[in-house]
Amino acid sequence: MTDAPLLEIKDVTKTFGSVISLNGISTTVRAGQVTCVLGDNGAGKSTLIKILSGVHQPDGGELLLDGRPVKLGSPRQALDAGIATVYQDLAMVPLMAIWRNFFLGSEPTKGWGPLRRFDRSRAIETTRRELADMGIDIRDPDQPVGTLSGGERQSVAIARAVHFGARLLILDEPTSALGVKQAGVVLRYIARARDRGLAVVLVTHNPHHAYPVGDRFLLLNRGRSLGDFAKGELSLPELTRMMAGGAELDQLAHELERGTGAVEREEAAS
Amino acid sequence: MSAITVADERVARVGVLKRLLLKPELGALLGAVLVFAFFAALSEVFRSASGIANWLDPASTLGIMAVAVALLMIGGHFDLSAGVQTGTAAITSGLLTTYYGVNTWAALLISLAVVLAIGFVNGYLVVRTGLPSFIITLGTFLMLQGLNLGVTKLVTNTVQINNFNQIIGYDVLHAIFASEIAIAGARFQIAILWWIAATILGSWLLLRTRFGNWIFAVGGDANAGRNVGVPVARTTISLFMITSFAAWFVGTTQITRLTSIQAQAGFGQELIYIVAAVIGGCLLTGGFGSAIGASVGALIFGMTSQGIVYAGWDADWFKFFLGAMLLLAVLANQYLRRFAELSRR
Ligand SMILES: Nc1ncnc2c1ncn2[C@@H]1O[C@H](COP(=O)(O)OP(=O)(O)OP(=O)(O)O)[C@@H](O)[C@H]1O
Ligand SMILES: [Mg+2]
Repeated sequence: MTDAPLLEIKDVTKTFGSVISLNGISTTVRAGQVTCVLGDNGAGKSTLIKILSGVHQPDGGELLLDGRPVKLGSPRQALDAGIATVYQDLAMVPLMAIWRNFFLGSEPTKGWGPLRRFDRSRAIETTRRELADMGIDIRDPDQPVGTLSGGERQSVAIARAVHFGARLLILDEPTSALGVKQAGVVLRYIARARDRGLAVVLVTHNPHHAYPVGDRFLLLNRGRSLGDFAKGELSLPELTRMMAGGAELDQLAHELERGTGAVEREEAAS
Repeated sequence: MSAITVADERVARVGVLKRLLLKPELGALLGAVLVFAFFAALSEVFRSASGIANWLDPASTLGIMAVAVALLMIGGHFDLSAGVQTGTAAITSGLLTTYYGVNTWAALLISLAVVLAIGFVNGYLVVRTGLPSFIITLGTFLMLQGLNLGVTKLVTNTVQINNFNQIIGYDVLHAIFASEIAIAGARFQIAILWWIAATILGSWLLLRTRFGNWIFAVGGDANAGRNVGVPVARTTISLFMITSFAAWFVGTTQITRLTSIQAQAGFGQELIYIVAAVIGGCLLTGGFGSAIGASVGALIFGMTSQGIVYAGWDADWFKFFLGAMLLLAVLANQYLRRFAELSRR
């Protein structure tokens, strides 16, 4: 593992109209490491991910890939640079077959000139194999993605990104729709990708998922960075506490206690 | 392919029948068989060789357009200017050759360039503005309608361009676009062959190429496609240009066959193309449909339009039948698809 970062995010800013979605965010992503991005709803996690995958362009700051400034003008350019993403909305077309979705935008071809065509048998085979590797045995690769369960759909999106992410794998809340067992499979998958030398960016709400696999933690709150920590600088309880906003968590615990107390009192009265 | 996989106990539920029901063109195929049986029972001429040649003729030019329009619809868009573009192509070729003495082949290339440019503009505006293609192409439809009439009147002082058969090279054009093939004593238009070729090409594009995968993605969920690297703008513009190419082909067929062209040629046809594509199983919302289905839709149109005549009914009934068929097809497709998808879960 080299020490030079694969990707450096420097002071990145993004605004949508009057909404400041990201404000001066910096972190580093290294090959063979998992960088976790944590934060509340609307903190700007997906926005950051979309900047890394070429969907949005930053208004300020820069991205350095292998130490050189890059412009990721489109998802295509990011993919060509070896960056593959599992979007929060999964970026799959519901009416299309699983194997068509799997290779969408990166279809393998055979034949030559005007007879160049989609290598369907290879696509179907690869889809089946990659999904089986993930512990998902699909009934029928021809099934439209729209008829899969939420978790199955998420697994297909992850398997696709793992297949195409040559250098950097980005996952935006990949475990949100998954059962305990499938979430475990995904985390193991992330660890495996990391061990193969890929850089991974993982967005999640769940510190219990983030802490075991993460090497770096970037905490966001309302578009600002609450800090960018290496694993050694932070314990799991500290991470959890920071995510929930520290003192706010104590207040919440207090409120909830009183809340149940009030209900009990009402029940006693009636 | 299935030989390699381990049997999954859940596969049994997806039978051959349900797999068939998920094919967009199935409803149209059933409809075509019914319509054929109906008119064949009513009229002997309808099922004779000359009768068949007769109803395949209107189906053929419509079918060529319907295949292109189906691809565009699967890509999530409409082209209301498709019909009038057939007129634009024919009028451009006709005026350039018969009034300005331009070389036949140069004139054909110019008219092709003109309609391809129209297709490009349609697609470009749709992609850049994000407005519904329905509105954009309604605009180009009206503009072209005015232009076709205005320019024709300005140059010829009439609403018709004649004498196309007097241009140099007409015999070659006639051989390509308007010749007839005798089979079993009946004369079949060569356009039928072009129609079959267009259907095969359209199907191949849609199901066997990367471009086809992109068409489904652009119509199904353009944003998802864009996020995984599908060139959405290029695909959309190409689809509009393919439609324009088909319009040029059909327009050229028409002026060659008739040796003249009306300034209003093609007006109103755009809806018929959409009807054929929808009867063939295309979803109005995009992302689903087939080229074969659209062809079968055109076939149903051809059979009905001629069958009514052979059955000795007033031709006014045709529109009624067409509308009823459209409704039936939409309902049947909806029902079949829901049934097939529900039973897959
Ligand atoms: N395309 C957009 N146009 C306008 N505002 C946007 C856009 N995308 C994001 N935002 C705004 O930016 C802020 C951050 O959104 P983002 O989706 O990045 O949050 P998030 O951290 O991913 O939240 P969640 O945990 O709910 O996924 C939100 O206030 C959102 O409304
Ligand atoms: Mg998000």
